[in-house]
Amino acid sequence: MITYYGYTDGSGAFYVVINSDKCNGCRNCIKQCPKNLLQIASIFIDLDDKPVVAIKPEHCNNIKYLCAQCNPKQNQTPCITSCPTKAIKCISEPTNKNNHNNP
Amino acid sequence: MSEQQNNSGNSSGGCVDGGFWRWQEYHRVLSDKLWSSSDVITAGIDVGSVGSKAVILVNGEVYSWGVIRTGSNSPESAIKALDWAFRGTGLKQSDLKYVVGTGYGRVNVSFANKALTEIACHAKGANYIWGPQVHTVLDVGGQDIKAIRCDDTGRVTSFLMNDKCAAGTGRGMEVFADLLKISIEDIGEMSLNVSEEPPPVSCTCVAFAKTEAVGLLRKGWSKEKVLAAYTKAMAVRMSNLIKRVGLEPALVITGGQSKNVGIVSRVETVLGVKCLPMPNWRKDGIDPTIAGALGAGLYAKTLYDKTKNT
Repeated sequence: MITYYGYTDGSGAFYVVINSDKCNGCRNCIKQCPKNLLQIASIFIDLDDKPVVAIKPEHCNNIKYLCAQCNPKQNQTPCITSCPTKAIKCISEPTNKNNHNNP
Repeated sequence: MSEQQNNSGNSSGGCVDGGFWRWQEYHRVLSDKLWSSSDVITAGIDVGSVGSKAVILVNGEVYSWGVIRTGSNSPESAIKALDWAFRGTGLKQSDLKYVVGTGYGRVNVSFANKALTEIACHAKGANYIWGPQVHTVLDVGGQDIKAIRCDDTGRVTSFLMNDKCAAGTGRGMEVFADLLKISIEDIGEMSLNVSEEPPPVSCTCVAFAKTEAVGLLRKGWSKEKVLAAYTKAMAVRMSNLIKRVGLEPALVITGGQSKNVGIVSRVETVLGVKCLPMPNWRKDGIDPTIAGALGAGLYAKTLYDKTKNT
């Protein structure tokens, strides 16, 4: 199951996309995330609860700003590069390229 | 149109006095079915932000349901929804073999054997109502919008939830019903009653859209035109979520806003596809509002069978 965390608003689209079929629960990304946004959560797949990585619910509404320092546009963030199964990716599509990022 | 001016002058009021946003609580029993003590009775309870729904299933087939407004006390709302579903059935809580809770208040269903996310339950419920051709489900709830992709069996393959704010949700519609003094049930029809589709309002944020709507009313826009502009903005927002997960026909809409013809027809226009109509044999039966609770009840049956076999 693929989960899109994030949102689209006037400033564009930002999503962290986690593929729970690929995630093996190794926790590499959790250890690497400088903002500590990730955790293991159980996802109900095929009548079982599978422990996979997820964005902490309290951060779902502001990950765009919290993720900004890792430069997600290049898809080379610590969470993405540390994942052995390529289960994480980022979608970053600002509406206006001159938009300044929040510090 | 003096009434309109009065309304626009009064816009700061909350939704307490008017009550135009109030939708009807109800329950239903499919009378062509009966239950006996040898049957496996399961229940799904979906405690949403605005409505609580309970569905009773007999051997994995829908038997009865109740739909009520969620009160300030979620655990009580879960019990009340179940009581409504029990009405006229002779069933009681101890007859239930397995209960699954879902929705944002699922942790408050104290008597549930298991809590599941509403994502899984809506896909399962839509699969039951419309059949295996359903591959994209748009659930427009009171507080969030979910775009869900699923396979032929109702298993979720991907999903996106807009939980940033109430923009473009059922709650936003309730605010508009109250602002314009129109019953929530009539709002969809009314939004279609315009000679020409106005441009969508620029902001779907409930607080700002309300301010914008008041401005438009003062400019002399009819209620219908204001509603059309807001409904259009919501439909565009929903369509964008669907495009993000990828639209794979057939598309269906569940949740309270599935009853809003203004929303449904505009989503169809923006995406260029038709939503599946209610199947004939269930036309007077199942309400897409209960899809989440129904899916929970179906999972309850499957999980019960699983416990029996292990």
